[in-house]
Amino acid sequence: MKYEAVIGLEIHSELKTNTKIFCGCATTFGAEQNTHVCPVCLGLPGVLPVVNRRVVEFAIKAGIALNCTINKFSKFDRKNYYYPDLPKNFQTSQYDLPIAEHGYVDIETEQGKKRIRITRIHMEEDAGKLVHSGTTIKDSAASNVDYNRTGVPLIEIVSEPDMSTPQEARAYMEKIKSILEYIDVSNCRMEEGNLRADLNISLRPAGTKELGTKAEMKNINSFKAVEDALTYEIERQEEILEDGGHIVQETRTWDPNRGVTLSMRTKETAQDYRYMPEPDLVPIITTDEEIEAYRKGLPELPDARQARLEEKFGLSSYDAGIITSSRDMAEYFDAVVAEGADPKLAANWMMGDLSKNLNSEGKEIKDSPVDAKRLGKMIQLIEKGTISSKIGKEVFKTMWESPDDPEKIIKDKGLVQITDTKEIEAIVDSVIAANPKPVADYKSGNKKAIGALVGQIMKQTRGKANPQLVNQLLAQKLDQ
Amino acid sequence: MVSIVAKVSKEDLEMVAVLSRLEVPEQDKEKHLRQLDSFLQYVDNLSKVDTDQVEPLAHVLPIHNVFREDEVRPSLDRELALSNAPLKEDGYFKVPKILED
Ligand SMILES: [Zn+2]
Repeated sequence: MKYEAVIGLEIHSELKTNTKIFCGCATTFGAEQNTHVCPVCLGLPGVLPVVNRRVVEFAIKAGIALNCTINKFSKFDRKNYYYPDLPKNFQTSQYDLPIAEHGYVDIETEQGKKRIRITRIHMEEDAGKLVHSGTTIKDSAASNVDYNRTGVPLIEIVSEPDMSTPQEARAYMEKIKSILEYIDVSNCRMEEGNLRADLNISLRPAGTKELGTKAEMKNINSFKAVEDALTYEIERQEEILEDGGHIVQETRTWDPNRGVTLSMRTKETAQDYRYMPEPDLVPIITTDEEIEAYRKGLPELPDARQARLEEKFGLSSYDAGIITSSRDMAEYFDAVVAEGADPKLAANWMMGDLSKNLNSEGKEIKDSPVDAKRLGKMIQLIEKGTISSKIGKEVFKTMWESPDDPEKIIKDKGLVQITDTKEIEAIVDSVIAANPKPVADYKSGNKKAIGALVGQIMKQTRGKANPQLVNQLLAQKLDQ
Repeated sequence: MVSIVAKVSKEDLEMVAVLSRLEVPEQDKEKHLRQLDSFLQYVDNLSKVDTDQVEPLAHVLPIHNVFREDEVRPSLDRELALSNAPLKEDGYFKVPKILED
């Protein structure tokens, strides 16, 4: 039988605040264990949490950017469960009145654009970090707990089960990351756990409507792991169903080293979070005016930016999509163009030599040794014909290793265009003499034939002859 | 209004005990069942009130939007934070085995 996968994601994103969601402890990553804790985040008796204003602001911005309806009346609830990374024995989260609901994002798939619906976005606190004494949680006789991360603000973005392949799930998560980065509410450093996903996946016979039993994989924190874990799960579930077996509804962990998912087999029989309204926090009321002000304050988002690059600069949808996938990249592009460079050339250089060099050194564009200003200047030198694009590659390579301006590099390396009329004239004469056919073609009215002669001259000067001068001289001599 | 309380079963009691990490001795279960039952019957008086026209209450006080600014305040000294922990190690809170095989 042919099966289709039904995939939904719950993405947790840490918000970029200075302090925790309900107390003034710092959120800095990598601090020494249990040095960012206080009576509130440790859940000591009698303490009173107070909501960090910026958390609400960021959550509303995320809601608007992800096309959600903002709930004008929102409240916090307690989600009760026992786990040592949760000192209060409940997580302060949101249940029936989350800050935002009913949104969507569009992703690119092989079949074209696909809309993934977002069920809800709610605010909650992160849990602490467990350090196990053994190699895995199962063979540890005891665990150590660091509560620095407890109370770090999160938004959880819950999707509808609208994805049907691991690639779509990845594209969806990439899109969410890109949007959160654009609106600057999360650092999205996946290696630090800023952005992680719980994956829900079930199979059903292709073309049917009823959902199968799902498995859940928690805390996946790389795009590759999202794809790999889902690919493995699809195969695993397919095999069980093919053999006439039943999928067990359970939480599984993804082991990236072995490339398999494993059952967690917790002793918890059934989860029952017994949500209740959080009596220590008061409701959040947001007005239409406030929502409108947030909306106006948002920057241009990836989809709009992509459309702008396509329409205004004539970039291909593919190029514009890649350039706008990260805000840093899009801003770099705008800066190159602002420097005066041709947009299409700017895109080509970014997607070509720049990306190649960044990838091979594992660098982010914001750490690029060649900044937008120098790349912009260099592209203009190519446009003016001062250097050819072939020599541009050489200049780019040199810029990567030195802080020099392209003009200086060209001068120092003797890549300066040949502007000496006498020198070019001599070459022009020899090329005319050596190429009677294009010369005859040109003279008989085929003006395009001049291109072949220009090509020959550029080749002989290794691209250093000033093209305007070459064209001018050639035309003069041929038209005599 | 109709009573929403069904009689508490032994399974319900055991489930609640598991969720609350409590061990209820077999010989006490009958007593706890009776107590839970009468407690729920009592609370069920509330369902006699007609609440069709009443908005669910999110908070008992008529206040909303109490926020603090996103400014760092001093955290606790680590020794003090750990001082009530039954077990600790290298600046960590230490807890017994979490999952069972
Ligand atoms: Zn704190």
